[in-house]
Parts: sequence; structure tokens; C-alpha cells
Amino acid sequence: MSRSSSALAALTKVRLIEFVRQPEALFWVFGFPVIMSVVLGFAFRNRPPEPVPVGVVEGPGSSPVVSALSKAGTVKPVAYGSLTDAQEALRTGKIELLVEPGAEAGSEPTYRFDPTRPNARIARLEADNAIERARGRADVVHAREELVREKGSRYIDFLLPGLLGLNLMSTGLWGVGYSIVTARMHKTLKLMTATPMRRSDYLLSHIFSRFFFLILETAAILAFGVIAFGVPVRGSLVLLTALVIVGGLSFTGLGLACAARTATIEGINGLINVVAIPMWLVSGTFFSAERFPRALHPVIAALPLTAMNDALRGVMLEGKGLALLGGPAAILLLWGVASFTLALKIFRWQ
Amino acid sequence: MVATSPAAIACSGLVKSFGDVTAVAGLDLAVSPGECFGLLGPNGAGKTTTIEILEGLTRPDAGEVTILGKHWGSHERELRARIGISLQETRFHDKLTVFETLELFRALYPSGRDPERLLSDMSLEEKRDARVGKLSGGQRQRLAVACALAGDPEVLFLDEPTTGLDPQSRRELWDHVEAFRAAGRTVLLTTHYMEEAERLCDRVAIVDHGKIISQGTPADLVASLHAPHIVEFASEPMLTEEDVRALAGVRDNRQRDSRWFLSVASLVDAVPALLARLDQSGAKLVGLSTHRATLDDVFISLTGRELRDE
Repeated sequence: MSRSSSALAALTKVRLIEFVRQPEALFWVFGFPVIMSVVLGFAFRNRPPEPVPVGVVEGPGSSPVVSALSKAGTVKPVAYGSLTDAQEALRTGKIELLVEPGAEAGSEPTYRFDPTRPNARIARLEADNAIERARGRADVVHAREELVREKGSRYIDFLLPGLLGLNLMSTGLWGVGYSIVTARMHKTLKLMTATPMRRSDYLLSHIFSRFFFLILETAAILAFGVIAFGVPVRGSLVLLTALVIVGGLSFTGLGLACAARTATIEGINGLINVVAIPMWLVSGTFFSAERFPRALHPVIAALPLTAMNDALRGVMLEGKGLALLGGPAAILLLWGVASFTLALKIFRWQ
Repeated sequence: MVATSPAAIACSGLVKSFGDVTAVAGLDLAVSPGECFGLLGPNGAGKTTTIEILEGLTRPDAGEVTILGKHWGSHERELRARIGISLQETRFHDKLTVFETLELFRALYPSGRDPERLLSDMSLEEKRDARVGKLSGGQRQRLAVACALAGDPEVLFLDEPTTGLDPQSRRELWDHVEAFRAAGRTVLLTTHYMEEAERLCDRVAIVDHGKIISQGTPADLVASLHAPHIVEFASEPMLTEEDVRALAGVRDNRQRDSRWFLSVASLVDAVPALLARLDQSGAKLVGLSTHRATLDDVFISLTGRELRDE
């Protein structure tokens, strides 16, 4: 083994030992994503659709309406003694739709609802259907219904690749950031630059040790998702591994850039939060980034976590190949190269 | 001084400022191979800045440094492999063991001492597998020196190696530094303990306000006072400055905490004269002691201040 490679091996070994002997770091890397996916997976597991609550003002014509609504099953009628109470319930969102049955049985009802609420529009359609059928409307079209509950379209299927991406980002930023800033604070960094150590070996040791752990952590989370929830991996495992490595190293580069000049733990905390929290929110980890205003989409799409999540979902859920994932892969690569270059340029060794 | 072989450490005209503060204000130094040289001075005198410039870790604003006859600018990698450095207050990775730390530092040098041997050299065998975070101050300092020795250096730089250590740990560390020097290697250390400088150093430079104000062997520096003894006394009422100055053989005097400190050439002249003066003025002697002059007294006579401001 040549000298430089033995120094690099020793530095990398130290990184690994340092990490393994930190139980809290192990928890954040391996335990946290698993707990997240269990909790969120159960909280958002697919259930039969909940009947939408619909208020009915009691009066002479109310009982046939209530019974029609209950029979339909898709809405849940709630009776109110007065119009004021019912309106209050509508305003506070306890019911999605308010039905005033009219003066006597058979008179024309009034629907009150907020059309900007999707559930209110559903409630209106369902309630109207139920009332019309009860009064004898004959349906003209009898469509056949096929219910789709396929693996790959559940919330957990959407969530798990996002948690993987989030984990790659967090461990890249925090793992590298803390380690370097602590070494700088304790002057171990300065002491090591006083030896013949190559500076590139020091930075490379961070990259190599991250490489090692990002394979482990991805394998652990992925295995958990596949075994516990049956999350599909439809695309190539080789491509998935390659994307995880490119993405993981890109976040390591960001971590290096954050830690390049920072001298205190408070400083690195703040800096990483500034980098990570916006991506936590907008990069489509917990819900689709499509929900943000259109004008923001190009910005969001250019963020590394968005690219990571898109690429992971593309391979796992849609079975896309490299040709279709070139965009996100290029974005990740670009972030990686840019942040490494920046880190090398501005790195402070003392 | 005639330089026959190139100095192990040499610098001339060193200047370094941090903003408005001038830390080093024109400093020249030459340390011969095999010599143990001490930079002695109070906190803030510029010792650490000076040693870090010599170590090639801080760039001076002006001046020139050569280590083993080479410049930092052109031979950094070679020099790094030939010197060992212990910084002031380094903390190693708390999660690593002593042995793992030594292995790391050994791996950073192209050649060097076996980590197992470093353990025994620095009396750390018992702590071989202890986490660095659990070491005492003395053990941690010995580990710092062991790491500095990992590359089997020709020149060893120690910045305040025993600050904050108890007397026992301090003496242990001195033994290890002496063993290194006994092997013909060069040591440069900074300290604000005059006992340390007197015990370890062949030569000492007294540093104040970023300049060397005096240098020589510890014995020569003390002899330069021409007053090898210090008489310390207190009386009721206190004698006046005029009184003490008139006493036979008093070269210097200062008052602190209602006690007089007199630098005298000869005890047998000064003490009877003092007693006679007290008798004459009717003052009562409430305390009297004497000691041989030390580097502390040299520093006081040069600057009017104490080396350690307690």
C-alpha cells in the first residue's frame, strides 16, 4: 500500500469508528427513517373512503331526505334543529354541505356549500344523487366500476422513496458538517494539517466513509419498506444503486461546502438548517411538489432533494430507465461537482 | 555566536499583526541542532503566534523562517515529515482509543515510530484501549506529545506542554522531553513556568510584547541580575523605599502585598543591614525569607511585571 493510500485508509477508518461509536448518530441514520415510515405509513394507510358529513335542517320535509342520504352510504347525514346551528357547523367545517329540505315533503331543497372545497363538491353530487334517486329518478347510464388498489399507488409507496432521499440529504449534511466543524473547533484539523497529511486525503476520507454508510442506510430502509409494506422496486437495482451513490455524494459535497469555513456548532446548525429545511418542505418528500404554485416549479425542480426524490420514485415506482432519469441525475451531478469545487476553494484548515 | 552547522530553527525580523494588535514585533531567533530552546513569557506575549509561524501554520506579515535550513514555502511536505508539533490545548477525537489515535498519526507520516513503542515511550500502555475522552489532563498531554513523535521527528515543537497539569504530571512530561533531547534532537517549547524553562532548556529567550528582551542560558540570565538572592520581608510599620534602597548590596526593590522584595548581591551583607535598620527605626519584623534568584526575578527586573499575573 502506498503511503498516501495508507493515510487515506487510516483517515477513513477513523471516520467509520467515530460514527459507529455514536449511538445517537446511528439512531438518526437507521432508526429515524424506519420509525417515520411506520408512523406515516399507518397514519395514511388506505382505508375505505370516509362518508362526508352533510347537515340537514330539521323540518316537515327533512325525514325523507335524511333517510335517502343514509341509504346512499357515501354521505353521513347530521340533523340540526335550527338553521343558525347548521350554518355555524358549515362555517366551522363540521359539515361539508348543508341541505335545507324546504317547507314540506317534496319541495325543492337548497344546498349550501363552499365550492372551493373538493369534499364539499363531492358531498353536493352525492347528496343530490341520493335525493333524486329517492324521488324516483331512473339512471340512464349503468357504468361498470373497476376498483384499483394497486401496490405502488399508496401513500407509503410515495413516501418511502422520499424518506430515502431525505435521509441521504440529512446524513450527508449533518454527518460531514458536524465531524469537520468539531475537528476544527477542537483544533484536530489544524493539528493534522501540521503533519504531512495530504489535504485531499482528509476530504476524500469523508467521501469514502459516507459512501460506505449511504449504501448501508439505503439498503436498510429499502429492505424495511419492501418487507414491511411491500413497496415495489420496479426498475433496475443497479440504476437505483448508482442514483443513490450520485445523490449521496452530492449531498456530501453540500455538507463539505457548509462546513468549509464554519467554526462553531451553532454556525453549522444554522447553515445546514437554512439549506435543509426549505428542501424538507418543497422537495416533495411528504407530499407532491406539484402542489406548489406553477411559477415555483422550475426552482423546486432544480433543488437536489427534488431531483433525488424524483429519480428514486422514477426507478422504484415507475420502473424508469436512465434515459428517462437523465434530468434529475444531471441535476444531482451538477450540485455535487459545484459544491465540491466550492468546498475545496474556500476550505479553512485552522 | 558562530554558526558552524545550519540552525535547526532560525527566523529573522518576524512581524505578525491581528487587526490592531501586534502579536510579534520583529523577532529573531536561532536554535542549534540538539538544543532545547524555551520561549518564556507571560500570556499574550506572542509566544504562540511565534511558534505557529515557525511551525509553518501561520504566515508572518514580514520576516523569514528556515527549519533545518529549508523554507516553508518551497519544502512544506518534506518539513512536515521531519518535525513534530504539539499545539496548545488540542482535543483529539473523544471516541477513539489512545492506540487508534496513535495509529492514525503514525499513518499520516511516511515513516516513524511504532505506535506500541510510542505507548511505552510515553508511559501510556495502561491506557492503550481507553477512549481519549476519558483521559486525565496529564495523560492527554502525553498523548499529544506521543502524536507529535509519531513521525520520529528531528525537531519537536511544544506549545505550553504542561499548562494546567499537576506537578506530578508535569515532572513526568519533562522526563519524556528530556529523553527526546538526550537523543540529540532539537526542541522548541513555549512556557510561562520558569521552573520548566530552568529544568528543560539549554537556552531561553524571554519574550514580552512580541519581542525577545533577553536570551541566554538560564544560569547566565540569572547571573545577569548581579543579585543572585532575593530577600523578602514584612515589618510593622513598613519601611519606606528610601530605607530599603539605602541598605548594603540592594540592587533592586519592589513592594507587593505589604511585603518588600529586595534583590541583593550578598545575603551576609544585606540581612544584618536590614535587621540593624529595623532596630534603629523601631519597626517590628513580622516575616523574613530568602531564596535564590530565578528566571521570574529576571523577568521582573526586565519588565517590572510578574511572569504570572495571579
